[in-house]
Amino acid sequence: MAAIKSIEELEKIREQAKDLINLRKDNETKTRVVVGMGTCGIAAGARQTMLAILDELKKRNLDNVIVTETGCIGLCKFEPLVDVIKPNQPKVTYVNVNEDKARQIVVKHIINNQIIDDWVIPNI
Amino acid sequence: MEMVTLTIDGQKVEVPKGSTVLEAAHKANIKIPTLCFLKGINEIGACRMCVVEVKGARALQASCVLPVSEGMEVITNSPAVRESRKVTLELLLSDHNLECPTCVRNLNCELQKLSEELGIKSIRYPGEKHAPKYDDFSPSIVRDASKCILCRRCVSTCHKVQGVGVISPNHRGFNTVIAPAFDMSLAEVACVNCGQCILACPVGALKEKDDTDKVWQALADPDKHVIVQTAPAIRVSLGEEFGEGVGTIVTKKLPAALRRLGFDKVFDTNFAADLTIMEEGNEFLKRLKHGGKLPLITSCSPGWIKFCEHYYPELLDNLSTCKSPQQMFGAVAKTYYAEKMGIDPSKIFVVSIMPCTAKKFEAQRPEMNSSGYQDVDVALTTRELSRMLKEAGIDLSKLPDEEFDDPLGISTGAGAIFGATGGVMEAALRTVYEVVTGKELQNIEFTEVRGVEGIKEATIDIDGTRVNVAVAHGLSNARKVLDRVKSGEANYHFIEIMCCPGGCVGGGGQPILSAEERWDMDYREERGKAIYEVDRSMKLRKSHENPAVQTLYKEFLGKPLSEKSHQLLHTHYTKRPLYPEV
Amino acid sequence: MEIYRAHVLVCKGTGCTASGSENVMDAFQKEIDKRGLSKEVRVVQTGCLGLCELGPNVLIYPEGSYYCRVKPEDVPEIVEEHLIKGRIVERLLYKEHLTEERLRALTDIDFYKKQKRIVLRNCGLINPELIEEYIANDGYKALAKVLTQMTPQQVIDEVKKSGLRGRGGGGFPTGVKWQFAADAKGDIKYVVCNADEGDPGAFMDRSVLEGDPHSVLEAMEIAGYAIGASEGYIYVRAEYPIAVKRLEIAINQAREHGLLGKNILGTGFNFDIFLRLGSGAFVCGEETALLASIEGRRGEPRPRPPFPANQGLWGKPTIINNVETYANIPMIILKGADWFASIGTEKSKGTKVFAVGGKINNTGLVEIPMGTTLREVIYEIGGGIPNGKKFKAVQTGGPSGGCIPASLLDMPIEYDTLVQAGSMMGSGGMIVMDEDNCMVDIAKFFLTFTQDESCGKCPPCRIGTKRMLEILERITNGEGREGDIELLENLAKSIKASALCGLGQTAPNPVLSTIRYFRDEYEAHIKEKRCPAGACKALIHYEVVADKCRGCSLCVKVCPTGAISGERKQPHVIDQEKCIKCNSCYDRCPFGAITKV
Repeated sequence: MAAIKSIEELEKIREQAKDLINLRKDNETKTRVVVGMGTCGIAAGARQTMLAILDELKKRNLDNVIVTETGCIGLCKFEPLVDVIKPNQPKVTYVNVNEDKARQIVVKHIINNQIIDDWVIPNI
Repeated sequence: MEMVTLTIDGQKVEVPKGSTVLEAAHKANIKIPTLCFLKGINEIGACRMCVVEVKGARALQASCVLPVSEGMEVITNSPAVRESRKVTLELLLSDHNLECPTCVRNLNCELQKLSEELGIKSIRYPGEKHAPKYDDFSPSIVRDASKCILCRRCVSTCHKVQGVGVISPNHRGFNTVIAPAFDMSLAEVACVNCGQCILACPVGALKEKDDTDKVWQALADPDKHVIVQTAPAIRVSLGEEFGEGVGTIVTKKLPAALRRLGFDKVFDTNFAADLTIMEEGNEFLKRLKHGGKLPLITSCSPGWIKFCEHYYPELLDNLSTCKSPQQMFGAVAKTYYAEKMGIDPSKIFVVSIMPCTAKKFEAQRPEMNSSGYQDVDVALTTRELSRMLKEAGIDLSKLPDEEFDDPLGISTGAGAIFGATGGVMEAALRTVYEVVTGKELQNIEFTEVRGVEGIKEATIDIDGTRVNVAVAHGLSNARKVLDRVKSGEANYHFIEIMCCPGGCVGGGGQPILSAEERWDMDYREERGKAIYEVDRSMKLRKSHENPAVQTLYKEFLGKPLSEKSHQLLHTHYTKRPLYPEV
Repeated sequence: MEIYRAHVLVCKGTGCTASGSENVMDAFQKEIDKRGLSKEVRVVQTGCLGLCELGPNVLIYPEGSYYCRVKPEDVPEIVEEHLIKGRIVERLLYKEHLTEERLRALTDIDFYKKQKRIVLRNCGLINPELIEEYIANDGYKALAKVLTQMTPQQVIDEVKKSGLRGRGGGGFPTGVKWQFAADAKGDIKYVVCNADEGDPGAFMDRSVLEGDPHSVLEAMEIAGYAIGASEGYIYVRAEYPIAVKRLEIAINQAREHGLLGKNILGTGFNFDIFLRLGSGAFVCGEETALLASIEGRRGEPRPRPPFPANQGLWGKPTIINNVETYANIPMIILKGADWFASIGTEKSKGTKVFAVGGKINNTGLVEIPMGTTLREVIYEIGGGIPNGKKFKAVQTGGPSGGCIPASLLDMPIEYDTLVQAGSMMGSGGMIVMDEDNCMVDIAKFFLTFTQDESCGKCPPCRIGTKRMLEILERITNGEGREGDIELLENLAKSIKASALCGLGQTAPNPVLSTIRYFRDEYEAHIKEKRCPAGACKALIHYEVVADKCRGCSLCVKVCPTGAISGERKQPHVIDQEKCIKCNSCYDRCPFGAITKV
């Protein structure tokens, strides 16, 4: 590592380094994405879904989103299930989220705040 | 000089900025008790005896380290101050081996005196004490931790004055003791035996190894021919032990006292000092003319010799090979004198009275036996002699004047000045000048090498040859000179080094003065002045004019640096380690 | 490409390391590798989270799940359940953590709710061995700010205005200290960090050094800029190997990054920091002794004046602050003196970290705003006294402090209130005592410590504390005499007034404060030869209560000296000659049939 020679360089390194600890700070103010990871979810491809979400977030350098998992909530036929919870907004649950849907949810819902109604869990 | 005015016990006192409160009080004749304080050497505020109240300060302050400030208000004898001093002193006494009547420092003890002055009537806080623990493996110095009050005066003296530093506090809490590292004995570490620690000790925790019994036994033995030599510095200090002022000359009382103790002959180390000049002066000339190792450094002071062996072994070749006068005396006594008197040298018992504890070590050096017998059998300090005289009921001041015996009692003023710093150098120059030039020296007093200045330098013109000389006393001064020699910074031809500050008059075997007495007077300077007065009173003042020395060469040695001289009067040195080898 | 969705933070402070967090961390890494998660889950070592008693502690983000006492064999389960399936492993979760619906945020649990972590802001958050993580959390931003936007005097003024006082003991205003050193004449000046934390039970500074070493380095640089120094020394105990290692790593990383050394951040400011290891003498925490030790001499205090600000290290103007004091500095610079001064009380600003131990449920490290009451710390944060015992006293300030009784529990914690109560802030040790603690015995414990650790230089401390200790020993041995309390008080008064350094002057405090608040306990020992708490062995003996004894002989089995005998199902008896008062039977008896008399 070369020496930091100016304040500007220090700030640049700070920006780059933020990712290192971002996951541990201010999580209550971030958008939470919860992927169903019960046996049913995993069988339905939830890991690929999750990795797609992570990949999409990384590509867009989104640091105000956290991705976590949850267990089976009893709606196995809709798996993979993905919840998007924006701060101070109600939870939105998407069903049968494959990789492609996952990427679109990131772009449309998380970034542009447009809920994709068609994929939202139907009233049952 | 910027002055500061403060109030002590309501009295306005003006002192230079940077003075301590203790100094200010001293100036105003207000006495503050002290114990660890040793002017210029140990000013560390450790013992808490000198505490005073300072207006505005939370705790009591140690006046020995407290700088004065403008408008400061000090109270030196409030009830709180007196109580605090008493408690502290009682605490010290509670861990002190109170065997006062049998203590070597009885009636000359600062702790005892302070207890009396502060009116200590009982010890309110008795408890566990340190059991007597002697370190008496050194031939010169004995330590007893049970009397030590941890004032650190010895520590500072050893570190700062002598630059040796072999004693320091060990352990912590109540278990703290002053000792060489890892509680080793002084005999195991690079102690030079100078005994300056003894002079600094306010109590009886440090003392010389007492050899008086050996002398009493020899004196009582009808088969032994017991002879005594007295060092130059004894005659200006022994009087102090008998109530005389510092620097009182008792030259003529000495033979009277020693004869009354029962010595068969009373001789003078000054004779041997003259002999030393003959050898060392010629050694110097030889080295100067024939490209020998220079600078030549004197070898009279056994503390310095051991210091050189431990700390500057690379300079051992610079040391004069001459034995010290004490040893030359012994060697001559057991050969020339024995022969002349027809006495079996094995029956001759040589006692020396020295201002010095290191002389005890020197006398025991195994190589000091070139006559076939140990040159000197016992070396006593001034203090030990005084104890013997007192035990025998001999009051020095009431004795008649007497003379030393022939032939080893005959000496010149040059021998006498060995006792003060610069004296050996001056005595050597008096002789060297006349030997080289063959002319009589007009002014024999080389005042530039005299006095208490730590390092003195001079350049002497001897018939066109410029001789650079240096004189150092006190080993921390010696270090400075030696370091300059080693670095090539200084170009000396001849150096005199005396281990003790002031030279032998300040030796570690001399009468002990309290810190208070030492504050108001430089006792070494006073004794030194007396030494030069002895010199001035002598008819002969150059060693080569000593008739007894001349006879010795004629009858026995031949000439200086002869083979016989080499055999009897010269020695060699050994490199010694800084730390014990494991 | 790594896209981390979760961080597993494993505490690698001394406490958790001692309980095995090293193995736990290894187990996590192995399991995560095995499960193919190494590109989405990152394992990070971090500093102290505070609840040391529950270690090894593991924190998993983004959920912030706090797992306690995690053993390597628990790791596969946590990985499978939590990291893969998203199910919290409830049995290992911190007990107060779980509510009915979801995880409670860490900041909402009782232990953290009343805390305010300024000094400990990075402990448990960042990896202390990665300078980038420190930088990411605004590290070295304060340094950049002072070097480019502030004059040295402005820095000092800011610190003065913040009201920050030294966290090492005496509570001297930090800014004033800096001003003295800045005003002192001298071409060379030094900045020293006192990391010689020595109070029994205190480990605040160690935790900061282990969890956030760069904050101390950054603060020392700021101090160096403020007073005009270009060298700093950290004097740290050799007994803190993890702290030493982290400091070495941090110093090296800072040097590599040009954040220590010449021309820092291109501003022309030069500063470097060196470590000096102390060998464990308590007195080396005293500033003049510390300096002597750095210089290679025996660690002993010397009288002041001259103060280190004028004549310090190698005789040069020097500031000495402790670790916690420094750790506050970057935040004061970044957030401003007003922000800092808004925390705490009028005379004690900011927060204070305490190492809480003894008879308390949540043993560990807490950081609270000044002015928090002792009750809040002990009962709300600390979770109260275990086993339903009664609180008796809390000792603050280490061996120089004192014991504060139950009647003062609602006292706000401030420098001055603690002193008025006969104790002191000290460096932040807080030891809680319950009804089983004998206060004479406690005083004896602390005095034994100070006596052992006295440098031996001045008689009041060297001999005086020894004599006090001897008196306490005879009191607890049932040999106390009428007048012993007064003897102790007189001696204490004299030692306080006349000892050379702060260690000696405060050494009698534990004795004086226990006499002040628990004189009756002293009197019971002396007059009735009785130890009310049943702690002083010489004053108690064990007896079997015949009514309660069922003769089960469990006590016979645990007695190491065979002092108990009796027929089965008959009341047993204890042979007092053989009994060594080890308390084993007392602990073992299921019926409470053994009593201490």
